[in-house]
Amino acid sequence: MHEELRNEIISLLSKQVRLDGRKPDQYRNISIETGVSKNAEGSARVKIGETEVIAGVKMEVMTPYPDTPDQGSLMVNVELYPMSSPEFESGPPDSYSIELARVTDRGIRESKCIDTKKLCIKEGEKAWTVVIDVCTMNDSGNLFDAISLAATAALKSAVFPTFDGEKIDYKHKTDKKIPLNKLPVTVTVFKYGNHLMIDPTNEEDKIYDSRLTVSVLENGNICSLQKGGNEAVTQDDAIRMIELAREKSKELRKHI
Amino acid sequence: MGEIVVKEKDVVVPGETLATGMDFLPSFGTYREGDKILASRLGLVNVEGKVIKLVPLSGVYHPKRGDTIIGFVREILLAGWRVDTNSAYSAVLGLKDASPEFIARGADLTKYFEIGDYIMAKIINVTSQNLVDLTLNGPGLRKLTGGRKIMVNANKVPRIIGKQGSMVSMIKDFTNCRILVGQNGVVWISGEDPAKELLAVETIKKIERESHLSGLTDAIKAFLEQHKDGITVPSDN
Amino acid sequence: MSYDKRFDGRKFDETRPMEAKAGVIPRAVGSGWFKIGNTEAYAAVYGPREMFPKFMQDPQKGVLRCNYNMMPFSSGGERVRPGPSRRSKEISFVMERALRPVVDLTEFPNAVVDVFIELPQTDAGTRCAGICAASIALADAGIPMKDMVCAISAGRVIDKMIIDLNYEEDSHEDGVDIPIAMLHNSKQISLLQMDGELSVEQLKTAMKMVEKACEQIFEVQKAALKKKFEVQ
Repeated sequence: MHEELRNEIISLLSKQVRLDGRKPDQYRNISIETGVSKNAEGSARVKIGETEVIAGVKMEVMTPYPDTPDQGSLMVNVELYPMSSPEFESGPPDSYSIELARVTDRGIRESKCIDTKKLCIKEGEKAWTVVIDVCTMNDSGNLFDAISLAATAALKSAVFPTFDGEKIDYKHKTDKKIPLNKLPVTVTVFKYGNHLMIDPTNEEDKIYDSRLTVSVLENGNICSLQKGGNEAVTQDDAIRMIELAREKSKELRKHI
Repeated sequence: MGEIVVKEKDVVVPGETLATGMDFLPSFGTYREGDKILASRLGLVNVEGKVIKLVPLSGVYHPKRGDTIIGFVREILLAGWRVDTNSAYSAVLGLKDASPEFIARGADLTKYFEIGDYIMAKIINVTSQNLVDLTLNGPGLRKLTGGRKIMVNANKVPRIIGKQGSMVSMIKDFTNCRILVGQNGVVWISGEDPAKELLAVETIKKIERESHLSGLTDAIKAFLEQHKDGITVPSDN
Repeated sequence: MSYDKRFDGRKFDETRPMEAKAGVIPRAVGSGWFKIGNTEAYAAVYGPREMFPKFMQDPQKGVLRCNYNMMPFSSGGERVRPGPSRRSKEISFVMERALRPVVDLTEFPNAVVDVFIELPQTDAGTRCAGICAASIALADAGIPMKDMVCAISAGRVIDKMIIDLNYEEDSHEDGVDIPIAMLHNSKQISLLQMDGELSVEQLKTAMKMVEKACEQIFEVQKAALKKKFEVQ
């Protein structure tokens, strides 16, 4: 059904240009603003072009899991709000939103950017749970990268609320940041025919042959991968896509 | 007696007072309440003699008889095709209106139009329940292949076309692109040079943004001249 | 006991500072943003568009459908579990009823106008802020509307009638919260809720306070819509 649009995009890519005039490896304007939700322990608004998402961090005190008595926990949740696109509906999450949430969660979790041992308050009894919720405000393409960037930026700005051992006082936040190391940066690379591109718009976001979401650490190693799209890729192409992601991650990293 | 309390081309909000007294006549986008005329939507004030109306600035397209639109086939029906019109109401293109040749019932309709095909069609009827009928019998009406489509605010289409088509002709001349504008806000553009195609796209978007400002024709002419070799870098990131 | 000074130092008839914008969600047909004190609401309108489920279609006119939601990190206390709750569903219904009297959907039989309200940050007065944002969004979307709707809470804390309660005042043990929405021109009421004990005289005072605050709100809404189309 989208054959014509796909051919148009590929024909433009062979001339190193896209529908909106950008180069295949060019990001739209990126902006990050933290502290956008005063009640959250940490928050960030990310805009990539007109795509906009807001992430917020909330912390709770829970009993640690029996098999990890000296560790707290982390959870990443993604909400695709119907207000951000005519294509999203209210109701239980569909496969796209579940995949988005789980890929974002893994990207952050597998980077070990939070040492969950440092979230322990009293072994076997109390530990912090960090929950990151990322909510979409406007979908103009490339939600994957915007959502990951927002989750990371919100996490980086998050502080512990006051805890007296029994009750949490959310109104009075400490200035103690969540101890973080190794922040991951996620770049999703899209393949059209033989061409690669990043940061798709709505039109480009639907009819690609395959995509690869790559989470990259500061040392250049990768900590999470997810392939999507209906076409298979050669091993060489998979490596090409990862290399492009690694390169572009340096640009994204400057923003956080 | 009475006076108009707003100026021509003012942006007014729902419920805003436009005129007092019984001298004036409310038209599209306005209504009378007692001795006042008020706005019944967001719009631009337009006064002609004693008639006050609003030019709408926004809003989804509403199918009208006689409109020429660009839509795509959503579904193959028993006796025709269901067509998306970029509005709240889909349309039906029936067998007898789809082609100058006779199409028999039971024929393989995908031979004519498949799901996803774009067509330029004319609305021949809209019922009270907003059921819409289309025809392809008419000059210029046909399946559209190739090119790219952009969506614009349907309220801006008259400005994009211009008086007697003068605005869209100017864009076609400068960019060497074929351009078809549907009343429903779907615009089809096809050119050889991607940079000139992009110039056509950006020019149309500029008209959409600035349609309510005066001096539009000159501003658009200047924009086209400034970028006469086409656009290779996006105008806003 | 007497409520002599408000927790945040405001006068009894003083609202928190207000701000608004129109057109903040590019993909929506119309959108609005309204902030009062620390309560912030986004509203996005999609429609008129085809309505699903089909059995809810109305062949006489279009249907207005509101969906109110607080973002999980928006409240001053614990995280709010995502998803609709009974509270959010009720608020969605009363918001629909607050907006219905002004919109005219007779041109759109069988279609729906969806209004989504999301709050990233809350400090009481959320349904009212949502209604103010939704009004802006509906106007921005070009929906036929005979008037704008303005909404704000009035209330009582101990012995004083006040306008625009914040969270501390709203959760006071001897307090009454009265969210009210009014049509701007006629000042007719389209949303009225109350919880707590109040004399009829106090209620009349509350209505007058809201009427006055609505003028302020209308100016903010109007400015937001006009600003969107300002000469660049």
